[in-house]
Amino acid sequence: MSKDIAILGVGMHPWGKWGRNFVEYGVVAARAALADAGVNWRDVQFVSGAATMRNGYPGYVAGATFAQALGWQGAQVNTSYAACASGSQALAAARSKILSGECEVALVIGADTTPKGFLAPQKGERPDDPDWVRFRVGITNPTYFALYARRRMALYGDTQDDFALVKVKNAEHGFDNPNARYRKKFSAQDVAASAMVADPLRLMDICATSDGAAALIVSSLDYARRIGKQNAPRVAAISTVTPTFATDTVEMPDLATDSAVAAEPLRFRAALPRKAYEEAGIGPEDVSLAEVYDLSTALELDWMEDLQFCARGDAAKLVREGVTRIGGRLPVNPSGGLACFGEAVPAQALAQVCELTWQLRDQSGSRQVQGAKVGITANQGLFGHGSSVIVKR
Amino acid sequence: MDAPPKTPVLEGWFTLDQREPHLLGARCSACGTYYFPKQIKFCRHPDCAGEAFEEVQLSRKGRIWSYTNAAYKPPEPYISNDPFVPYSIAAVELERERMIVLGQVASGVGVEALHVGMEVELVLEALDDSKLSWKWKPLAGDAR
Repeated sequence: MSKDIAILGVGMHPWGKWGRNFVEYGVVAARAALADAGVNWRDVQFVSGAATMRNGYPGYVAGATFAQALGWQGAQVNTSYAACASGSQALAAARSKILSGECEVALVIGADTTPKGFLAPQKGERPDDPDWVRFRVGITNPTYFALYARRRMALYGDTQDDFALVKVKNAEHGFDNPNARYRKKFSAQDVAASAMVADPLRLMDICATSDGAAALIVSSLDYARRIGKQNAPRVAAISTVTPTFATDTVEMPDLATDSAVAAEPLRFRAALPRKAYEEAGIGPEDVSLAEVYDLSTALELDWMEDLQFCARGDAAKLVREGVTRIGGRLPVNPSGGLACFGEAVPAQALAQVCELTWQLRDQSGSRQVQGAKVGITANQGLFGHGSSVIVKR
Repeated sequence: MDAPPKTPVLEGWFTLDQREPHLLGARCSACGTYYFPKQIKFCRHPDCAGEAFEEVQLSRKGRIWSYTNAAYKPPEPYISNDPFVPYSIAAVELERERMIVLGQVASGVGVEALHVGMEVELVLEALDDSKLSWKWKPLAGDAR
């Protein structure tokens, strides 16, 4: 039996720093997805929400919040929180409901309103919370991205110019994307002239936080056929595996890795797509395009290797050769990525799936990746949460 | 001259031996896995049911796995002087424990003085709020 589900419709609220209630953004995205799917809101049997932790109680029960805002109609609800993988876990919940026959059509939705500046921990004196502890001793999010970037420079000979090329590419990709927050082309000189934040990463190497919303209407393949959408793109895999002890990389918000005296050190990021490929029964050679979590420019290079697009250490070479640009053999972040969006945590994994859907439907206009058949996403957040989703045509 | 600061930024995370300080970790009595910080009740090795731990002093020397700096003032609960003075940060590999531990680098040592593989040792230094913290300091003779 196929474990695929159909993506009938997708919708987004543009990313930005709008300063309005996250529910507003969610409703805009949901209505766009419903219209795109040609599905009536009353026909949606399950609402799977990705939670936001920064907007009080309505954010904690996001599934119900969006169901109420769209008009209570008796659907079942669910809310998932998994940091940057929240959207993928919400999608996984919908897939389980659909494949078990408990529902035929579901809305998957995430939206966020973000505060200004650095993401900071909860207030108070809380030495038992590793997130509080690391800020107390001066370790911020960019610290981790910079440690990974410097490690690449030492191991593979990557340069800050290589990292800048990633920003230049993503800025070109997102330039024409109506949902992107930053739509401006930059040169490598612009990146080099921006302020140093965490050596070797500059302001333009690091993603911002944004408001935004993304929504999907997904269904059983049978339902898709009945409404004439048998050719809709399908979700072929959702990987939300945990890391395996002992993790070899110091991950936010920890101050230390696992000790590898009694177990081999393993890399979490590489495990996520491995499971996705296995589940979809395809390999990296089948991939037409990828949307990856470029929290920093250098991290996009790590992801390319974790997705097995090239051997360890070769990612910068691919970028230099233009392989990952639209028009290249394997475009990465044709949406513009986090570089152009900024991160809206509960919406971001779903936004990646929206982009793949438009690409696979040949509806991406100037960003179109020609002949796109298979797309993969990858993301990772706090405490070993991450996800990788494969969408195919 | 002011008395040297004595209050640690985090209680019980390191010894207060100014000359040869150590980070305080825990070691599973069953499988030998080290933990930092030491607050652990159940071993996190998936094949180990260990619930007994001994407090251990972690190696106070290691090699830099990677490094960076904080060019901007971090948000609370970090406390810093005004104007903010950037500091370096190192991720240090401890050979015996087979783990990597983060920490600030001793004040006055910029990123240009660091390199991956460099040998460092643990020292205690006051943060801007005069609380003591652990920091990594390059060993004399490992400059290049």
